[in-house]
Amino acid sequence: MNELLTHFKQISATGYLFWGLALITVLSAIVVVTARNPIHSVLALIGTFFCLSGHYVLLNAQFLAAVNIIVYAGAIMVLFLFTIMFLNMRKDDEEAKTTTAKIAAVIVGGTLLVLMLGIFKAAQVGTYNPTTFDNKTGLVENLGMQLYGEYLLPFELASILFLVAMVGAVMLGKREAGDRHF
Amino acid sequence: MQLTNRSKQVSNKEMTLAEKMYLPAILQGLGITISHFFKKKPTIQYPEVKRYLGPIFRGHHVLKRDEQGRERCTACGLCAVACPAEAISMVAAERVKGEEGLYREEKYAAVYEINMLRCIFCGLCEEACPKQAVYLRHDRIVPVFTERDNIVYGKDKLVEKMDDRYVRNNPSVQATPTEPSLSRSVG
Amino acid sequence: MDLTILLTKAIIILVIFGITLLIATYSTYAERKVAAFLQDRLGPNRAGPFGLLQPIADAGKMFFKEDFIPAQANKWLFILGPCLAMLTALMASAVIPFGDSIRFGQYEIPVQGIEINIGMLYIFGVVSLGVYGVMVGGWASNNKFSLLGAIRAASQNISYEVALGMSIIAVLMMTGSLSLRAIVEQQATTGFFGWNVFTQPVGFIIFLVCAFAECNRTPFDLPECETELIGGYHTEYSSMKLGFYLFAEYINMFVSSAVISSLYFGGYHFPFAAQAHDALVNALGANTGHNVATALGTVVFFSKIFFFIFFFMWVRWTVPRFRYDQLMNLGWKSLIPLAMLNVVITGAGLLFNFNYATWIVVIVAVLMIVVSSARAPKGAVAVQRT
Repeated sequence: MNELLTHFKQISATGYLFWGLALITVLSAIVVVTARNPIHSVLALIGTFFCLSGHYVLLNAQFLAAVNIIVYAGAIMVLFLFTIMFLNMRKDDEEAKTTTAKIAAVIVGGTLLVLMLGIFKAAQVGTYNPTTFDNKTGLVENLGMQLYGEYLLPFELASILFLVAMVGAVMLGKREAGDRHF
Repeated sequence: MQLTNRSKQVSNKEMTLAEKMYLPAILQGLGITISHFFKKKPTIQYPEVKRYLGPIFRGHHVLKRDEQGRERCTACGLCAVACPAEAISMVAAERVKGEEGLYREEKYAAVYEINMLRCIFCGLCEEACPKQAVYLRHDRIVPVFTERDNIVYGKDKLVEKMDDRYVRNNPSVQATPTEPSLSRSVG
Repeated sequence: MDLTILLTKAIIILVIFGITLLIATYSTYAERKVAAFLQDRLGPNRAGPFGLLQPIADAGKMFFKEDFIPAQANKWLFILGPCLAMLTALMASAVIPFGDSIRFGQYEIPVQGIEINIGMLYIFGVVSLGVYGVMVGGWASNNKFSLLGAIRAASQNISYEVALGMSIIAVLMMTGSLSLRAIVEQQATTGFFGWNVFTQPVGFIIFLVCAFAECNRTPFDLPECETELIGGYHTEYSSMKLGFYLFAEYINMFVSSAVISSLYFGGYHFPFAAQAHDALVNALGANTGHNVATALGTVVFFSKIFFFIFFFMWVRWTVPRFRYDQLMNLGWKSLIPLAMLNVVITGAGLLFNFNYATWIVVIVAVLMIVVSSARAPKGAVAVQRT
């Protein structure tokens, strides 16, 4: 406890910002899981994404922060919300979970927890070398240079993956001959 | 059948590219609307400026007096009978000695009421009157009311004031409450 | 040092906030006036001289109306909806450069909320969040029409965001920066015909159309289409919550106009700006001259913004609303491929150091129009099948 207090006395404004953001992130992530109403859950998830973007900004990765908000909060979560709004969410429709389902959920969740704990315990936390560390890597220009230089192959592979997914989506959505015209 | 010569033959022919692009049509539309932007507006600023509605406008009722200031109405009830909206009611009374200066005929209307909520301003009372006693003024409209008990107009509001005589077609009183200089002719 | 910067920033942000609100307020008045004038009417002219107090009267009316929350509505989300709409609308104006800079002694203060090197992405992100206010409010109302309006808003915004982003990418490629200030400065260096509207005509049209769609303005105001959906997402709203929604729409319009002006019309730059700046500096001294030149640029910028706000209204009272499938077809089948083509051609042009490459698209389009209207059957009008 005392250690924590001394830690809080030492850190700067950015440190407080980090702790505040971290607290909100964890809280909203908990709400995502525990909220009874799926809409509340989605809104909490959006809040989580916002906090994550805040963390990115603190790490000086502004591009990542902006793209995170545009893509996840601005597009994907809108689609989530979109889908959930179509669902009928009255209380009495909610199907009761069977005991088997509950037990299975506990087992799966517990295994995941154990796995994560194990990984974090075993994994080497990356350190950084202050002499070669460049705090401007996250800015757009440098990020672009990295993506189109050193990481060109994975970048292009990812883009091909997206293309395939897009073609697949179009194929799924395409009306076949003889389909009813709505 | 053609009702106007402005009708257009509708067709669903294949659109050309320019039509599919919308943009030329939208630009054309923008041109039309902006030309209206600079047009002179036909609006008349109503309470300040009023339009002359013509010499045969049927507005506020008036119970006429004759040249000597005697009420012309003899309470015959023909106006009430003619009224399609049954807005007029009256109570007749006999003129007594000494009232010759007030009433022209031997019988007069002691009470003469027009319910302005019912009145449709058709002017049939004016046509029915054998004594030229009731007129619908062309230069005054019945004002807006806010209280329900103000809408049955009695003789106090209907009988012509001597200092405010009404003459139909009097060119010097050209007004349905109007300042003709400010009003614009429209249409 | 930190405190002075914070203070000046706070003052600038407050001023921008106030100006945004003021312009949004008077946009409601301007909308009614413009609508009236385009329809041969006079518009509001009773409250104050020329009806100038009308927005204040409207706001007063809004405040004193009953603030009604439907019994079956989700209360907190119902309140959150207009708040989100207003918040996201107000956030975007922070990165717009309203002018060059003001000099006080050795201080040089840029006339801008905050200068960040991802300004355009910031605006794009905030705009993409704007739909949450509509969606949350529409869903929380627990009303079918509101929900339909919300869903329409969501799908429309997502569809047009793609084309919007694509059209911006072409501009960003020409500038090589995401900062709005850098984009404006770059246009200032290349002179009048270097404005992006001349180098990026196709991108400008795509951006303009998408801006209309993102602001939910006619001809894309399907989310609040009153003939089909009563009021759309704000059917159940009353009092100042409704006021917030309407206000957010006008703020969005202001921000879009500002972004269009700075992306494509040189922002606070105007022809012979550099000469004017030099002349003023010579006449009035370094600091005063510079400040006057900045003020001049800001005035020019605001006149550009006002023109675009007027244009938004002009189009609103000219073009009827699209049908929903037309909207989607236009977005996905026309604007997005066109925007991609625009990016590719701009890239090819940059490769050969030719900035006006996208005029090829315009020329080809004009040629195709001429050919297609020449080939169209003349005179013979087929009678419509019944």
